[in-house]
This record gives sequence, C-alpha cells and structure tokens, in this order.
Amino acid sequence: MLKIEKEKLPELFAKIAAGQELYLPVNISGQVNFAAWDEEVQVDLTTLKSVKSPKDAFFPQSENLYTCKREGKKITIEPEELKNQSFVVFGMKACDVQGLKVLDQVFLSDPVDTFYAARREHGVIVALACHEPEETCFCKVFGIDCAEPAADVAAWMAGEELFFKPLTEKGEALTKSLEGLLTPAGEAGEQAVEEEKAAIRAIVEKLPYSNLSLEGWNGDALTEKFDSPLWEELYKPCLACGTCTFVCPTCQCYDIKDYNTGHGVQRYRCWDSCMYSDFTMMAHGNNRTSQMQRFRQRFMHKLVYFPANNDGMYSCVGCGRCVEKCPAALNIVKVIKSFQKQGGEK
Amino acid sequence: MDTCTCNKNYTLDTLIPQVGVITDIREETPDVKTFRVNAPEGGKLFEHMPGQCAMVCAPGISEGMFSITSSPTNREFQEFSIKRCGVLTEYLHSLQVGDEITVRGPYGNHFPVETELKGKNLLFIAGGIGLAPLRSVINYVLDNRENYGTVDILYGSRSADDLVQLKEIQEVWMKTEGVNVYLTIDREQEVWDGHVGFVPNYLKEVGFSTDKTALVCGPPIMIKFVLAALMEMGFSKEQVYTTLELRMKCGIGKCGRCNIGSKYVCKDGPVFRCDEIDELPNEY
Repeated sequence: MLKIEKEKLPELFAKIAAGQELYLPVNISGQVNFAAWDEEVQVDLTTLKSVKSPKDAFFPQSENLYTCKREGKKITIEPEELKNQSFVVFGMKACDVQGLKVLDQVFLSDPVDTFYAARREHGVIVALACHEPEETCFCKVFGIDCAEPAADVAAWMAGEELFFKPLTEKGEALTKSLEGLLTPAGEAGEQAVEEEKAAIRAIVEKLPYSNLSLEGWNGDALTEKFDSPLWEELYKPCLACGTCTFVCPTCQCYDIKDYNTGHGVQRYRCWDSCMYSDFTMMAHGNNRTSQMQRFRQRFMHKLVYFPANNDGMYSCVGCGRCVEKCPAALNIVKVIKSFQKQGGEK
Repeated sequence: MDTCTCNKNYTLDTLIPQVGVITDIREETPDVKTFRVNAPEGGKLFEHMPGQCAMVCAPGISEGMFSITSSPTNREFQEFSIKRCGVLTEYLHSLQVGDEITVRGPYGNHFPVETELKGKNLLFIAGGIGLAPLRSVINYVLDNRENYGTVDILYGSRSADDLVQLKEIQEVWMKTEGVNVYLTIDREQEVWDGHVGFVPNYLKEVGFSTDKTALVCGPPIMIKFVLAALMEMGFSKEQVYTTLELRMKCGIGKCGRCNIGSKYVCKDGPVFRCDEIDELPNEY
C-alpha cells in the first residue's frame, strides 16, 4: 500500500493526466460529475455521489458509431474508431464499479459491443472507498462493501492522506508511473486504512435502507410479481421524466439515430429510457401503452428479468441516485418495501 | 501512453451495416413491394436461416427490422417483402433498381428447420404480409423436400389484390407434388372464384389432422384466432410456432426496446414456440 498527502493530489492528477486522459469528480456550477481533468477544474473528492453515474466514461451519453456518405447512388460507410488509448477514471465508488459489472454482462456478452469493450480494455479505474455513506445508500443490500472498493486500484481517504493500493496489472502499471509521488504507507498507514474501513462499515450498518430485504426478488418471481396489483398503486406519481434512468449506473437502454450533418449522415447512439411513452412505439402499435406498464418494466427488469439471465445478479447497485433525484419521490426502495410489506401482511 | 494495437482483435461491430444495392423490385400488391438486395460487388450480403431478420436502413431517413423473405437455399441474393405503412417504408417504396441502402444482420433465431421441424408434416398458416417470413421456410423446405413430410399452406388476405408472391404460389408451390395450397380472401370479389372467409374459419373448415407442426405468421389478431382454432382442432401448443414483433433498434439484445420478460425478441426471437410465449408476461 502506498500513500500521498491530500494537498499533493493536484500533482498526482497532473502526473496521471500527462500520460493519458483523466476523468474524476469535478464541481461544475455546483454540480459534481465526472469530467476530464485540467489545471482549472475544481476537483471534488468529498461529495459522495456524482449526479450522473460515471458509466458514461465507458458508455457515453451519446456516441457516434459511423458516418455514411453518399455520392450519386453510391454509399460508403466509415466506422468510428474504437478507443485506442488508455485513460484513467479516478474516484469511482464501489456501487458504480459494480454498475460496470452489470453493464459488462450486457455489452460484453455475445455479440460483443466493441465500442464498449475497447473502452473497458483501455480504462484504468481507481476506486475510492466511501468516506461517509449517506442515508440514500443501500449498496449493502446487494452485497457491495463500499469500504473495500475493488477495481484496478483501491483508494481510501483517511486523515490528511490518500491511500493507494493497486489490485490488477493495469493498476500496477499506473502505480509504477506515479513513482516518486506515492510513498510507502507503512504500518501506520495500513492501520489508518483499517480504521477507516471500520468507521465506514459502522455508518453503513446504521443506514435506514441497509436492511432492505430482497427476498422473493429473483428470476423465478416473474408471474407473481408481474401480476401484482401493487404496480397500479405504486406507479401513480410517476411523471415519466426518465431521470431515474439517466442517473442510474446500470440502465443501459439506448436509442440509435441518424443526424444529417450536411456532408454525410452520422449514425449515433444515445441513452434512452424505458419510462418514455414512445420507447416501444412502432408502426403497428405499442406494446406498453400505459405508464404503469413502463414503470413496472423498469423494476421487473432490474429485479427479475436481469437476474434470470445473469445468474441472479441484480441490475441495481443501491447507489441511491434515483432515491435522491426522482421529482415524485418514487424509487426502487419504495417498490421493494411495498412488496415486502405486502408479503408480511399475508 | 502509446496508441496500442490491441483493437485489431475486434471484428467490425455488429452495429455497423453493409451497403446493399437493390437489384430488382417486384410490385406484389398495391402496398407491398419485394426488394432484391445484393452486395455492391455482387453476391449475397450474408448467410442466414429461415425466419431471421435484418435491419434495413435508408441513411438519414430511418431504419427498421424486416424478415428476410428469400430462402437460404437461394445462393444469389436476399429479398425483403415490405409493406408501405410508415416513414421508412414509404421511402423504401420510392427507391429504384440500382439505388443503395444499408443492411445489418442477420439477427435473431430462426425456425428450427434442421432440428425440431425435420421429418415433420408441416402446416403453414399466413395472413397478408405475414407470408414474408414463412416464404423463407417454405422455399427452404421445398428445396430440401426429402427432409420433411407433407406440406400444407393456408394463406389469406383482405382481397385478391393483397395476396403477396401470388406468381410463385401459383407457378411453383401449387405445382410441387405433395404440396397443398389453400387460398382465401376476406370478402367476395368478382375476379375471385376461390374460397372466401377469414383464415381461422377456413382452417377449421379444412380440418387439418393434428399430425402436423403448424407455423403461423400474420397480423396479431389473426394469430390470436388461429391459435384458438388450432387448440380447438386438438393441436397442442408445443406443435405451433409463430413470430413476435416488437420495436427494435440494436438487433442484438442490448438496447432494451424489445425486452419482454427475460427475453429479447430481436435476439431470443422472433421465432417462438407457443408454449414458450405462454411463459412471457402478457405484453406483446
């Protein structure tokens, strides 16, 4: 384990960014989100959650796939280049790292999404333990330990220092490139990290949603959950704004569109949301015409359909962003709790 | 860090299409045209199996999933029968021979012609443009006649003018030994001296024996009543295959649009056995 004093972090970032792109939490107009580092940005490693999850370092909100050019009747297609240079994402939390594992199940399964795969291959993740988990957090429910983030490098902030522990080959290589800035943590450092972990876990134990039960939510629960009358009650406040899907680290639905630039047609994909009324609309009709159906789809997918296809892995990591951001105070916790309550009354 | 070369391991992404050139257009009905598509250098764009689909795109206009109506046994080209009913199809109908489009695929599963259907007596039931995916299977079966039992084809449409592939039906299918073709239209017409009536009713009238495997394609309402009729006639759900159609974008089970239960129609479908459909939530 290595360490660096917090006040020297700007030097560390400059050194990382000298060799490759560096994304980290940055405060822009009062909102913290992952963005590219430069000397001017206001890095914020204290705010626990970025507004959007950092998934867009790997699955961008919008990305070009190819350009289509036409000359007379002839069409030519120029595929967009795949990511071919390494980059570092610094400060991802354990929940968001698990979010990437969920996305891996989707994008790296056959047929592999090469745009995503190339980014995963070239991305080096420095995961940061959650110094002070918040009320909206419920990663523990999904078996995630936010005191022990596992990525290429694990990092902890304790006292006036940041501790740095490479866990993979990519992490070792990054660490090696930072020689001179990072110094051995020593026994006192190891001790400080252990104390930090214990403090984090003590907070997690007391969080209001930490003991939420997922009992009954699995790939076999399809009919029972789908047919429940609870959905009719639960969905009502939903405004269909799609905020939950845009801040979510695991939502992967996307749209594919063409944009005519004037000298070609650019094919791009961008995030989309199953909450929107035209998501499933086609020439011969729409198979989910009501907001209740769309609302149900989102939660059934996360807690039943996805686990059915992925050995029980849930497509929710308990980051709590939807809990914070839904303008109608609706969220997955409310859904789970309602079913839990109903189960108890039986 | 240096630019690495590892991306050379990746093949071209499945979302990147090929260019296809339209080499023939047949007007089937007032609103259905069949487009023949080749690679610009000649030959087929790809190999496929009966029932598979492809994303056909008019760049800058739109893109849509269409079943490949030609049989894999056709070594020269692929065909799509497309009904004019929206922005994309309206545009495609305006294209001429020699125009280029883009095509990606093939996507999805296919009718199990080399496994479950082998050796079986086959009953094809189609309505309107629903003949398009079944035509691929029918021609595959006719080209490998020795591998299958009896072949019965019951096909209906709104009017005599709306029957697609009529020339092939009359000149090839009807003339093939051991193939019975039953045509019907919804309402009487002066030009028509054949059967008049809806497909499900005609099905019951003919009264096929249950030693067959049925393949059903058509408008959702027809499929619904055909299934009821087949059950009434004593068929089991395991004996019936059909296709589902939901909104699709990626074609590879990732964009989320055609998700229904734990299935993605673009990847796990479009072909489903009817007992498999029963396990899906009722959202199709």
